[in-house]
Amino acid sequence: MMIGNWIDACAADDIETEDVIRFDHEGRTFAIYRTEDDRYFATAGQCTHEAVHLASGLVMGTIIECPKHNGRFDFTSGKAKGAPVCVDLRTFPVKVEDDRVYVQVDA
Amino acid sequence: MTNEAATGKIVIVGAGECGGRAAVALRERGWKGKITVVGEETLPPYERPPLSKGFLSNKDETSTSGNGDAARFGALEIEHLSNVKVESLNRSAHTLSLADGRHLSYDRLLLATGASARRPSVPGGNLALCLRTRADAENIRSRLLPRKKVVIIGGGLIGLELAASATILGCSVTLIERNDKVLSRCAPKSIADIVETRHRAEGVRFILGAGVTSIEDRTDALLVSTTTGLTLNADVVIAGIGALPNVALAQVAGLAIENGISTNEFLQTSDPDIFAAGDCASTIHPLLDGVRLRLESWRSALEQGERAARNMLGGDVGQGTLPWFWSDQFELCLQVVGLPQTAAATVERWLGPDALLNFHLDGEGRLVAASAVGQLNLIAKDIRVAEMLIVQSARPDPRLLAEPGYRLKTLLAA
Repeated sequence: MMIGNWIDACAADDIETEDVIRFDHEGRTFAIYRTEDDRYFATAGQCTHEAVHLASGLVMGTIIECPKHNGRFDFTSGKAKGAPVCVDLRTFPVKVEDDRVYVQVDA
Repeated sequence: MTNEAATGKIVIVGAGECGGRAAVALRERGWKGKITVVGEETLPPYERPPLSKGFLSNKDETSTSGNGDAARFGALEIEHLSNVKVESLNRSAHTLSLADGRHLSYDRLLLATGASARRPSVPGGNLALCLRTRADAENIRSRLLPRKKVVIIGGGLIGLELAASATILGCSVTLIERNDKVLSRCAPKSIADIVETRHRAEGVRFILGAGVTSIEDRTDALLVSTTTGLTLNADVVIAGIGALPNVALAQVAGLAIENGISTNEFLQTSDPDIFAAGDCASTIHPLLDGVRLRLESWRSALEQGERAARNMLGGDVGQGTLPWFWSDQFELCLQVVGLPQTAAATVERWLGPDALLNFHLDGEGRLVAASAVGQLNLIAKDIRVAEMLIVQSARPDPRLLAEPGYRLKTLLAA
């Protein structure tokens, strides 16, 4: 595992608890999540149903809901939770060091 | 009827998204018997919302190449009979007669027959194109060429989406609406004003408070006459003046009809072996004080299809979600949840110069609906929280609702 894979995405406090932000890197877009208990996760940035940015959607617990058509995913696993979404989201490893959030984008 | 009855037969009339969702949901809930979905179109279920939006303006083929449910028909052994009309329903024999001479028998039947576009009932009304199916959209798209003069009849959601799509494609668009404002049926004036202003900025012309009296074919152009005396030349005329529920099959078979096929809150018709769901059905809404409504919306089609499937297998699931719809016009997104017209008061929450969220409260301060317009990323989270507050029968502090910096989600825990 190359250290270069870990990308400094944002400060830990840039994301509110139980919320999500969008992170763009080299032409790709990601969604980075912070749970109520300060765990961090990352997924592909767009819904698998239509190409809508998930970061505009609402986080409840560990579920992100697409802002457009309410497709739901568990962002800790990427699992699609039923119609209209049926394709899982890709997930990416995340670590927090010195109050910075790093995403392993090529994992 | 138990899930284990592998010999049972369920027939779904209508291969739209509602019928498709119901078919897959039956399998997801363990139904092992036969499932047959009968549709008049050649295509398996596909998503209709893009037809007036991205499918027209971006030539986005992928969005209507089927949906997730249709893709699973084969694996789930769901039979799809396409391109065939159901001619009649014999309730006592539990059979259907198809236009090609075939007969189907059923133990349980779901009518998900959808709705048809209403046509202008004026001389020459047949010269106006209507949008309902993918074939309609392909026909319209082939005519929306740059600099073509397009007249759109109707300033509701479909009319405005068509106006936006035609404008994006370089057409010169005039929209004629009978009321003195657009969106009068589905959104408050504050939102309609933002939408209309946005359209005008893109060059759409509006003739409000006017009806169409006739359409004439003048060989080189169509001549559209209006109640104001104004006449317009057009290359293309498209009507977006509402839809009528497809009830003929049910009506002839003697099922109760009440603004669509009448169902109880479990989506069961007046015949206990027959259910109805989606655009064709009216139903009781426990979350809305038991009002009877027929909804023409995408989420409702999916939700009712799923719910009908569960109840056909012996469930007793009443209404689970509120009415909700969205629209896309240029970069503006419109979302409405609940029924704003039932409210006594409105609190505005401005999230940007062209981004407004209205909270609609009843006489006791309970949140009953919310409506929003703006860029999706500005409005989406708040309107979703508003929906959850409505379901909770919350009576939020209006001052907090109006404060854009206040995190609405905090109210959910309260």
